[in-house]
Amino acid sequence: MPSPRYWREVPSRYRLEAARCLGCGKVAFPARRVCPHCRGERWENTALSQQGKIITATVVRVAPAEFTMEAPYAVAVVETPEGARLMAQVADCDPATVQPGMEVSLEFRLLRQEGHGGILCYGHKAVPAG
Amino acid sequence: MAGIVGYGAFVPRKRIKTEEIARQWGKNPEEIRKGLLLQEKSVPGLDEDTITISVAAGRSALKRAGIDPARVGALYIGSESHPYAVKPSGTIVAEALGIGPEVHVADFEFACKAGTEAMFVALGLVESGRVEYAMGIGADTSQGAPNDALEYSASAGGAAFLFGNKDLLVDVLETYSVTTDTPDFWRREGEFYPRHGGRFTGEPAYFKHVLMATRGLLKKANLKTADFRFAVFHMPNGKFPLAAGKELGFTQKQMETGWLVSTMGNTYSGSSPTGLAAILDVAEPNDRILLTSFGSGAGSDSFALRATDLLPQRRGRAPTVRSMLDGPRRYLTYGEYASFREKIILKD
Ligand SMILES: [Zn+2]
Repeated sequence: MPSPRYWREVPSRYRLEAARCLGCGKVAFPARRVCPHCRGERWENTALSQQGKIITATVVRVAPAEFTMEAPYAVAVVETPEGARLMAQVADCDPATVQPGMEVSLEFRLLRQEGHGGILCYGHKAVPAG
Repeated sequence: MAGIVGYGAFVPRKRIKTEEIARQWGKNPEEIRKGLLLQEKSVPGLDEDTITISVAAGRSALKRAGIDPARVGALYIGSESHPYAVKPSGTIVAEALGIGPEVHVADFEFACKAGTEAMFVALGLVESGRVEYAMGIGADTSQGAPNDALEYSASAGGAAFLFGNKDLLVDVLETYSVTTDTPDFWRREGEFYPRHGGRFTGEPAYFKHVLMATRGLLKKANLKTADFRFAVFHMPNGKFPLAAGKELGFTQKQMETGWLVSTMGNTYSGSSPTGLAAILDVAEPNDRILLTSFGSGAGSDSFALRATDLLPQRRGRAPTVRSMLDGPRRYLTYGEYASFREKIILKD
């Protein structure tokens, strides 16, 4: 059975949909009910830019079973211009070159498959900008 | 009048050179480079497929059009490598592009001409007034069997075209389409690699349909080859499109901009559409452009197009095809390529 969680997360995974707090203006990704900054509960919908900057990164050499074919690969915390942070795999580059401060684009990619005959799960990965 | 209001393309960043494949099978790379005019080809990563390529190309098309995606009333994706056998690629692409849920979606297939098929139907729906905007995409991550001639060409990429009625970047002057029953190339249900009819693929298939469709279009539109600044034909290898164009009376100069195959490979449903995108990246207002696709089985779609004043103003909003072909690339060894293309059997 497909994971209900993946399906529920489609708006944030596919379109980077987020929420902006009407109290303090901070952007929460994914959207949440209560603002961690001002405890506000009123939000407007927004979408993150498909770009950002790497805050910190690490290289995964011993990967979980379903990612062994991709190892070694970099995983990074990316901050978008809206100030939201998300964790993403960094694709299409030598993982050793992934450093804090690096500009990246967020591209739509296949993230994983739910087993051999299961559904395909899509979302965003970071790739070096330009 | 209906026409193109936005376009975009995407080519994966991984490549493999003709030499690298030839060396693996003990073939002479010079023969293949000269015979098929292929230098290298794009290779999709494990995380890239027809859906991800379509999303990237579709996003660029929407950026160039500058419209609210919710106004797109139809989305058609042509491919012979849809990731699901049952579940349209368009369901995921529409959701990712912010199109729908009020949208008509279908996946098309017709070997390498599925992309222009999608464009043909999208254009027709806009022209009829049934929908305000419609998007047609051609994308593929096709496979050639190891040590088959197709292995040097089968590559990954695609392009998206958004059709509408106002603020056109490109006018559609005329279209023409031909189809016959020709068994030049096929893949039976459940087979992993396609089969082709060897010499059957040239004369009775590719050339017959490309020439028939192009001549039919020129006659219907009352235009001649010299009226076009650019022409692009489906590119199964480097040689076929140049030979077909020459036979029709087109010059090298008219064909060189859209002829991407020597460094991109054959992106199947994405082939001539990506060539068109590369032309739109440089075309000037009033330039006429001819596009003829080819799909095995077999058939061809032909379009006569003309760039508008708006095209040069809009194209800077998204990356050009050349920037993707000549930009950052990673060259693979045959071993890496085999694992990326899942040609290696692994333990569970
Ligand atoms: Zn707040």
